[in-house]
Amino acid sequence: MDTISLAFFALAFLIIASSIFVVSSRNVFHSAIFLVLALFGVAGIFVLLEAPFLAAAQVLIYVGAVSMLMIFAVMLTARIADASLHHTNEQVGTGFIVSAGLLVVILYSLWKTPFAVSPDAVTEGAGKTLGQLLLTKFVLPFEIVSVLLLGALIGAVVIAKKDPSTTPERETRPIPLPKSAQKAAQQPGTAEN
Amino acid sequence: MIGLDHYLALSAIVFCIGVYGMLTRRNAVGVLMSVELMFNAVNITLVAFARYVTPGAVTGQVVAVFTIAVAAAEATVALAIVLLIYQHHRGIDVDRINFMKW
Repeated sequence: MDTISLAFFALAFLIIASSIFVVSSRNVFHSAIFLVLALFGVAGIFVLLEAPFLAAAQVLIYVGAVSMLMIFAVMLTARIADASLHHTNEQVGTGFIVSAGLLVVILYSLWKTPFAVSPDAVTEGAGKTLGQLLLTKFVLPFEIVSVLLLGALIGAVVIAKKDPSTTPERETRPIPLPKSAQKAAQQPGTAEN
Repeated sequence: MIGLDHYLALSAIVFCIGVYGMLTRRNAVGVLMSVELMFNAVNITLVAFARYVTPGAVTGQVVAVFTIAVAAAEATVALAIVLLIYQHHRGIDVDRINFMKW
């Protein structure tokens, strides 16, 4: 078994094991940590597939940004200590049957389909070609995606911003001042002297 | 020797794990994590086809770049919605979020 095969099977085992933990862990925070592991494994797969730019983008965007978003959302919403009693809904059996059936169908079609695998080697400088393609042939989707990202940013800020008129049940308490400042506020004369 | 089929099989397995998680998770953030797993499985497929079927062109990688960007946008908006739902309802179990039905 050569090095590539060894690396592939190690990465595949890492990805599959951590994906299973992501979907089955009772604690959502553990799920987020295992998601980071799985995304790292996918970056390794990209390296094996000779797509170094995508591997770097995967680490930067998924491992760096998206998983941080997930962990922030977990910490801001879930009560990590409790609420782990029922981490799945009542359709566990149905979900398992559906996903296992889907897997069987996909693997069977993979096995039956003759893919036109090309024996050529990968040309050098794929990153350069990628950048040129993005700014020549695919420049319109590129611009649309950038506008979409901008819209998503603005939309996320607008959605997550607290609207005081719709949430009257949550009183806002001012942050208490430090003790020295409280003393100064109670005795303005002494603070000035 | 590792070929195209190995990568596609790995991608199929990860995708189906993501489908299972999306169908069975109660926590909305857990559902989003499963969706991210499915996005990554599709990216593996795209890059594997780009590597083995058209080794000279990188079009599959371009599409994978777009997928990553759209997935990031989706995660941002979805997590903002989750935070808003949590502020209003003190819980993000997806089987209790039924106030957006109509």
